[in-house]
Amino acid sequence: MSRTSVIELQDVLLVTIQGELTDRDAMALQEELTSSVASSSARGVLIDVSGLDIVDSFLARTLHDIAAASALLAADTVVVGMRPEVAITLVELGLTLPGLGTALTVADGMDKLNGSARPR
Amino acid sequence: MLCPKFARRIANPQRDDLCRAISPKGAMEDNRMTAGSDPTIRDSVTAFLKDHRQDIERVWASTALFTARRPADAAEECSELLTGIVEVIVSGGEENAAATGFASVRPVLTSLAARSAGGPSGSDRPDVTVLKGPLLRLWHDRAPAETAYRGDLLLSNVLNTLRIALLEIELSAGADTILAQRAQLTELSTPVIKLWDGILAIPLIGTLDSTRGQTATESLLEQIVAQHARVAILDITGVTAVDTLVAQHLLKTAVAARLMGAECIISGIRPQIAQTMVQLGIDLGEVATRATLADAFARGLSIIGMKVSNDERNAG
Amino acid sequence: MTDILTVHEVRINEEIDIVHVRQAARDLAVSVGFSLVEQTKLVTAASELARNTLVHGNGGRARIELGRALDGTPTLRLAFTDTGPGIADIDQALTDGYSSAGGLGLGLSGARRLADDFDLDTEPGKGTTVTVGFRARRPARG
Repeated sequence: MSRTSVIELQDVLLVTIQGELTDRDAMALQEELTSSVASSSARGVLIDVSGLDIVDSFLARTLHDIAAASALLAADTVVVGMRPEVAITLVELGLTLPGLGTALTVADGMDKLNGSARPR
Repeated sequence: MLCPKFARRIANPQRDDLCRAISPKGAMEDNRMTAGSDPTIRDSVTAFLKDHRQDIERVWASTALFTARRPADAAEECSELLTGIVEVIVSGGEENAAATGFASVRPVLTSLAARSAGGPSGSDRPDVTVLKGPLLRLWHDRAPAETAYRGDLLLSNVLNTLRIALLEIELSAGADTILAQRAQLTELSTPVIKLWDGILAIPLIGTLDSTRGQTATESLLEQIVAQHARVAILDITGVTAVDTLVAQHLLKTAVAARLMGAECIISGIRPQIAQTMVQLGIDLGEVATRATLADAFARGLSIIGMKVSNDERNAG
Repeated sequence: MTDILTVHEVRINEEIDIVHVRQAARDLAVSVGFSLVEQTKLVTAASELARNTLVHGNGGRARIELGRALDGTPTLRLAFTDTGPGIADIDQALTDGYSSAGGLGLGLSGARRLADDFDLDTEPGKGTTVTVGFRARRPARG
């Protein structure tokens, strides 16, 4: 029902999540990602959530935990492409996800991980 | 179901009783029990209305209701009204404003309502009760004495309900206008402006109620995606008052923008508003704030990596 | 006061049923013209409450009522019923950050904030019913 893919771009793991995610899918993703970060010694994790209709508290917690575990393994996490209606709902739900890196697009997220704002 | 308490909560049986009590069908059945229980009076009133059609239309057309109309239009509208009223009486729906006969005179009533300049509370509202006197006088002249009183009752009922039907049309016209104006106001008051490639501003003006606040937030966040903006400025220079709810709304908007990957700056906080906010204990947390839109714009430029410099001084 | 037009029921016995509840709620919200933000709030609240029913109530069912308010606005009511242990301390359960299952503790309190109406009926040892109501902000056009 859901399609998640993890690809390695230079030293960044790019994760795309699409469709309906069960809680088990989310936990499996977290485990897979954390071991990938460890084995690949990636410097950053980019999670593209633009394909998600909703982010509830379980998935928000998963995102938070992925970032926390990656930080322990010296990798930064950036969540990109969150839809406006999803962001409004998360805030209303009471989830502000402080400390989680965010960016508008995958390209912006890459720049953020590389520590530079994209010149325009 | 777990226990009776649960069942009561969910099924809410009182609701069904209430619906039945206010349904038009119930009202119609009731009135058949009273004025209309005698079919002969219904028949004789119907016969009277049909036989004296021209007389009735003539006296109606000369009432105050139609003074402003051209004689041909007045005659036509009176004729339509009478046709509808006959239909109502034949069907026994004289106490039900939703009866088909009243529905068929809707166009005439709408045109009457549209002619009233003062709205539902104005003194020059159209009043269909002026039709009652002339009609009853004609009925008394023609009707046999023993049925006159019950005919009065029936005709009065029809005209009273006609008045309610007209009032309903006037009220719904007023409500439609209010809804349309509110929608226009909501759209008008929330323009999202592009200040620079990647920098948006939304000037908030007046009173921020929850509908306007939500509309503003939604259009700002949508434009962040559409215009790929990294900075969004909420300018509250034109906001009359910032209470806890408004502050909370601004804060939520800023956090939602950050979740999407854009940075939000709140600008235009006037001194007295800053003081009120402090007194109310409002804390905007980590959201960047600036006194003026210009300051916020400068901050926005630096976020996207732009520098503003004075050409002349550099050249000199 | 609301007229009920249709009723849907979804059983919540395993994890995939949370997804089924979300989909049923989304389909109904779309069918009566809820805006994208309204849909998302509704589906998110449904997801939180369905998970509560499964995790805390040992399963149960969701009842989704599609209705119409007196002014014609479409409304959706979702009732989640379980026969689990019930909630002993309601105030505590509604407190942000309180969790008996290691979550973020925002299931109940968050769903309450997302909904226009919220009702909690619980009896220790018997079960819990949580009802949330949503109404479209603007009447659906057409």
